[in-house]
Amino acid sequence: MAGVPIDLQLLNLCAALLLLLSFAMLAQRRIVNLVNLLALQGALLLCATLLLAWRTGQAHLYVSALLTLALKVLFLPWLLHRLIRRLQVYWDSEPLLNIPVTMLAGLAVVVFAFGLAQPISALGSTATRNSIGIALAVVLLSFITMITRRKAMSQVVGFLSMENGLFFGAMSATYGMPMVVEFGVALDVLVAVLVLGVFFFQIREQFDSLDLQHLEKLREEAAAAGGGGNTSGGDN
Amino acid sequence: MELVLLLSSPLLGALVLGLVGGRRSAPELNVAFSLATFLAACLLTLRVIGTGNLLVAHEQFFIDPLNVFLVTLTSLVGLTTSLFSRPYMRIERDHGRVSGARLRLYHGMYQLFMATMLVALTTNNLGLLWVAMEGATLSTVLLVTLYRTPASLEAGWKYFILCGVGIAQALFGTILLYFAAEHSLGIEGASALLWTHLNGVKGQLEPAVLGLAFVFLLVGYGTKVGLAPLHNWLPDAHAEGPTPISAVLSGLLLNVAIYAVVRCKVLVEGALHSALPSRMLMGFGLLSVVLAACFLWRQRDIKRLFAYSSIEHMGIITFAFGMGGPVANFAALLHMTVHSLTKSAIFFAAGHAAQKAGSQLMDDIRGLITLSPTVGWGLMLGSLAILGLPPFGVFASEFLILTTAMREQPWAIPILLLALAVAFAAIFGRVQPMVFGETRARRLPHPPALLPVFAHLAIVLLLGLYIPPYLADWYRAAARLIAGQ
Repeated sequence: MAGVPIDLQLLNLCAALLLLLSFAMLAQRRIVNLVNLLALQGALLLCATLLLAWRTGQAHLYVSALLTLALKVLFLPWLLHRLIRRLQVYWDSEPLLNIPVTMLAGLAVVVFAFGLAQPISALGSTATRNSIGIALAVVLLSFITMITRRKAMSQVVGFLSMENGLFFGAMSATYGMPMVVEFGVALDVLVAVLVLGVFFFQIREQFDSLDLQHLEKLREEAAAAGGGGNTSGGDN
Repeated sequence: MELVLLLSSPLLGALVLGLVGGRRSAPELNVAFSLATFLAACLLTLRVIGTGNLLVAHEQFFIDPLNVFLVTLTSLVGLTTSLFSRPYMRIERDHGRVSGARLRLYHGMYQLFMATMLVALTTNNLGLLWVAMEGATLSTVLLVTLYRTPASLEAGWKYFILCGVGIAQALFGTILLYFAAEHSLGIEGASALLWTHLNGVKGQLEPAVLGLAFVFLLVGYGTKVGLAPLHNWLPDAHAEGPTPISAVLSGLLLNVAIYAVVRCKVLVEGALHSALPSRMLMGFGLLSVVLAACFLWRQRDIKRLFAYSSIEHMGIITFAFGMGGPVANFAALLHMTVHSLTKSAIFFAAGHAAQKAGSQLMDDIRGLITLSPTVGWGLMLGSLAILGLPPFGVFASEFLILTTAMREQPWAIPILLLALAVAFAAIFGRVQPMVFGETRARRLPHPPALLPVFAHLAIVLLLGLYIPPYLADWYRAAARLIAGQ
């Protein structure tokens, strides 16, 4: 890495750390820690955006960094922590599937993501084009996190981490999306989390728990009682 | 100007109804805002007929033959659904299923949902299209869970997670499109996601990137269309939410999602010069038709039954767009129109039928024809229309699709015919006893709103008998646009 300027090295470091964090999320049992990891991911994203903004001198990246700071580093983790306290799930953890197997699946997904991103990276003109593979890997790893979880809160963290991955992808491929789109996406994420907050309380009120297994059980009962239809939820 | 009116009317409505939506007069206000939106859409249509395509607000919004008819259709169904929801939600309130606060949420979100769909239809910016589609999901999640029953909570959760994940794929696809545009054209900044710009230079876009982008876009928006195997959220969300929401989800949201897929397909096909997008659309379409036909047999809930029928019809439309060419596109556009009108009419009738019986289970709904002839006939005629019987419009469009398929993709004909026959038997076998069986149910406290049902069916009948020349021209122009000519 002798010929690579220091800021680019730092950017690559950020990308690598993001990938590492995704694996950490995959193996994390406790919900509070998951939220903290998400906040850390947001902070890394902020660093990457700032580095890139400084390197390329594009003004809109600073705005985008500000948006990341406000939304992903401060507001969302704060909101999720607050929800965790209000819902009293602070000490919740969940049994995971076999962790080594999940990790191996994650590795396979990373290889797949790099393979998929190869032709795109080859065409890119941005300095960070090699990170596209990492961004795609983060998206897919978050997806695995989502489908291996049974608690509503961890699925949401997976969802938000997927959004972070997409954001990182947009940044490394094209130095971010047009401003109006970025604001729109941020607004959507914000509304999504607020809607989910309401939703958690509804689920909680109904079942005394945020465990989604309750939902599946009810569906099967309903199906047996005459709801009919499919019982396979959440597969994709 | 008309566009400003069109978009601001539902937004203002969302604001006002978000504040006072729980009052006794809120349903009337809801109708008034929907009417204003519809009138704005009519003005816009007249303007476009007079002066041609529009491109306004720094090219962020545009109107061309493809979206103008969908805008009119969306606002029309929005209006009739608000008319239907007026007595329907009053009855729900009298039954104690919703409170004033929830009605406020319902009315506010209804208008917001209309606004997001209209933005999605009129925007020229593919990024904004994504934002609006996600907004449409978010505004309806809390509507699906309006009754707070365990089943509705599960439906809402599934809806949110599946569509959220799906639409995240579409965002990645959009990023790739942006990447391709910047790479090949060196267009900087905001204009690189404008559809009109991209369409002008689609031949120069990088094929490898666009192919990949299309896979992501199709999976993403396809989830919202309800294409198999990503359709799991659809029957649940339709069955558990209030019926007016089922009607707009099925009649409008699915159309808007297909619209998004078609916009992307036009770009990708122009860049790729291969049959990949067409084949993918045809494959997903056929799979949805077949799967939905199989699942139709197992349904016992009336709204789930018609939700699966929506999946089937979305499959047919997707297949037709996949075949491409002016005739198939024409048929697909016509099918979008008649399906959305017929399906929402059916949901209106089914909603009142379920209210009368006090249950959505089809075994509990009996003898509608003696109890309330208009609801019974509405459901019967609607079902016959959706099953593709002449002289209704669905017959015309399905006939066109099948004859085109016979010429271009003859292998698909047996599959399609078999699935249509299975669907026919399943739905007709279910609807017939509901309409003509024995009954002892009670009367409803408010007279049902059946004007929307018969208005929709009349339009569908009209479209089956005679398509006015200017409408046909319009479809043709849109079909040519989609075919990339």
